[in-house]
Amino acid sequence: MTDKDKPILVVEGLHVHYDTGKGPAKAVNDVSFSLKPGERLGLIGESGSGKTTMATALMRLTRAPGRIAGGKVMLDGRDILAMSPRELRETRLRDIALIPQGAMSSLNPVMKLDEQMIDAILAHKPRMKRAELDARVAELLRSVGLDPSVAKRFPHELSGGMKQRAAMAIATSLAPKVIVADEPTSALDVVVQRQVMQTLGRLQDGLGAAVVLIGHDMGLIAQFADVVGVMYAGKLVEIGPVRQMIENPKHPYTKLLVESLPGIEVKQALTGIPGLPPPLVDLPPGCSFNPRCPFAFERCRTETPLLQDVAPGQRASCHLYPEHQSLPPLPVTARAQHHEARP
Amino acid sequence: MSALIELKGVTKTYGSFTALSDVTMSLSDTNPSMTAIAGESGSGKTTLARILLGFINPSVGEVFYRGKDIAKMSSAEQRQFRREVQPVFQDPFEVFNPFYRIDHVLTTPVKRYRLADSEAKARSLIEDALKRVGLRPQDTLGRFPHELSGGQRQRVMVARAVLLRPRMIVADEPVSMVDASLRATILDELRTLNRELGISIIYITHDLTTAFQICDNILVLYRGAIAEAGAVERVIGAPRHPYSQLLVSSIPLPDLDRAWGNEEIPVSEANSSRPNAGCRFAPRCPHVMDQCWQSAPPKYMPDSQRLASCFLYRDSPIAPDEDVSAVFRLPGVAPVVVGG
Repeated sequence: MTDKDKPILVVEGLHVHYDTGKGPAKAVNDVSFSLKPGERLGLIGESGSGKTTMATALMRLTRAPGRIAGGKVMLDGRDILAMSPRELRETRLRDIALIPQGAMSSLNPVMKLDEQMIDAILAHKPRMKRAELDARVAELLRSVGLDPSVAKRFPHELSGGMKQRAAMAIATSLAPKVIVADEPTSALDVVVQRQVMQTLGRLQDGLGAAVVLIGHDMGLIAQFADVVGVMYAGKLVEIGPVRQMIENPKHPYTKLLVESLPGIEVKQALTGIPGLPPPLVDLPPGCSFNPRCPFAFERCRTETPLLQDVAPGQRASCHLYPEHQSLPPLPVTARAQHHEARP
Repeated sequence: MSALIELKGVTKTYGSFTALSDVTMSLSDTNPSMTAIAGESGSGKTTLARILLGFINPSVGEVFYRGKDIAKMSSAEQRQFRREVQPVFQDPFEVFNPFYRIDHVLTTPVKRYRLADSEAKARSLIEDALKRVGLRPQDTLGRFPHELSGGQRQRVMVARAVLLRPRMIVADEPVSMVDASLRATILDELRTLNRELGISIIYITHDLTTAFQICDNILVLYRGAIAEAGAVERVIGAPRHPYSQLLVSSIPLPDLDRAWGNEEIPVSEANSSRPNAGCRFAPRCPHVMDQCWQSAPPKYMPDSQRLASCFLYRDSPIAPDEDVSAVFRLPGVAPVVVGG
């Protein structure tokens, strides 16, 4: 059995490239992290930061023009990226399962829900009896808060939230050790979103599985994750325990992301992050965030920062450290520009 | 009172389904405001937007634009209405024809409404509109839609609306497909348009945090009916209707001290379709009483700047005016104290 403190998922130096006419776009650029059983990692980033590429690479589902250009994805000691096709087929769903982005459109529109669920289970347990399968389907539907009668419905007969739950039931049908959820609630209303996330949390607790939740909403990630990783232009720029990341972010990008979220206590000037992420085929020299960073200095424009320890359990790739204890106050001039300079 | 737009008892049905039920509201012409319309999918917010834009006609009730019934306008009046009331849609990807340069969506309205008598004049109008929304004309014009980011494309759509000098912009989820880091600036621009150019803005959203930040007033819809309405500080700051309370408590805030908690909210999508004569929210309401099943609650006024259609407030006065805007706060008037 798996040891509680031994990481279940270890990602080491993962690189995913998309080959383009202008050279490779480095969508995932040397990313490493690890996850223990039962842990919840939230990976956050803007569009184009490499989040979804990351999710598909963890499942080894990367398709051309994308390719995994290096690294390891160790699942319980075995490298998914080095598995034979047969091993890989057996591992997916059984050990690591994906709740895809827009799971609602990942369901087959011409198959009833139970047939789709049974299909997935039979691929791994071909000898399971019909009665047993039906019982399992009912149990799975109940576990995601759906009435077992839903089994006989087609996807179009379900609401968005129900389809998302159904996708979650399929993903957990073989009790995986790791669940990768790629923006599982992006098209849902706030109330349904909360219900779906709470269901995911409950399922995970029941299975003792680790979860990688990928998203762009810092609020949602904060509500769910234990550990938060921030991606920018294909790199993991900061990672740490959720409370530290929200209350004391060390990387300027994390800080600006947290600040760009309005609250409902006081009305304030809405601040975005000026500028746009760089094109992945043409990254600026030095730190990829330097053109948008209010703290950028000479070294940032020439030397790429590496992830370093900045606080207990928290690592950031930023040249402000180790000289500084925490982020210095935002320069006043930068504040002013912050409002004026719009892309 | 002079109203920019006025809805009187507007109901919209599709077959036996009621998308919007008996909405009476108006927006002031002299005090341009920002009004949020919030609610879940199927609550009727997009139906209301389409009625405000004149895209669809109500099944029952009337819509007046500056005193004229929009169903009975002459073609010249209709043309003016179409110019003065502008939409901004949700999807910044699908509204563009990928084969035309960005310029096309900007030059077409200039020609259609003969806004300029020369090429140079047209060009300067377009450049002004782009600058208004924080875009650099030289980096925008001449490019194709795929060369711009989602946020930039959405800004082009706002610029297109601004070009026509509208009196009202109806923005249906304008930032839900734009990255969080760029949302704030686009919304801030909408607010600037409201304050500086006097454009009234209807902001349709399910994101209550941004509604709170930029809007003056809010209308919360539930299954086609108004659940709660009033100043955002009241309705979002201290919601009274159990549905608004559920909405506000479900906002994923990046604040660990305001966690969702573990209390499970019942999955209600499947079973709440049962029609009943009373309050539409009754099947999901944690405070449901016998009365709620028997008749629909009237609009009570728990305080002077909000109304809530809920029997919990049956000891409060019933709103004297059918028009929900009677409880709206006009911009420029001192804000109310949160929770007051």
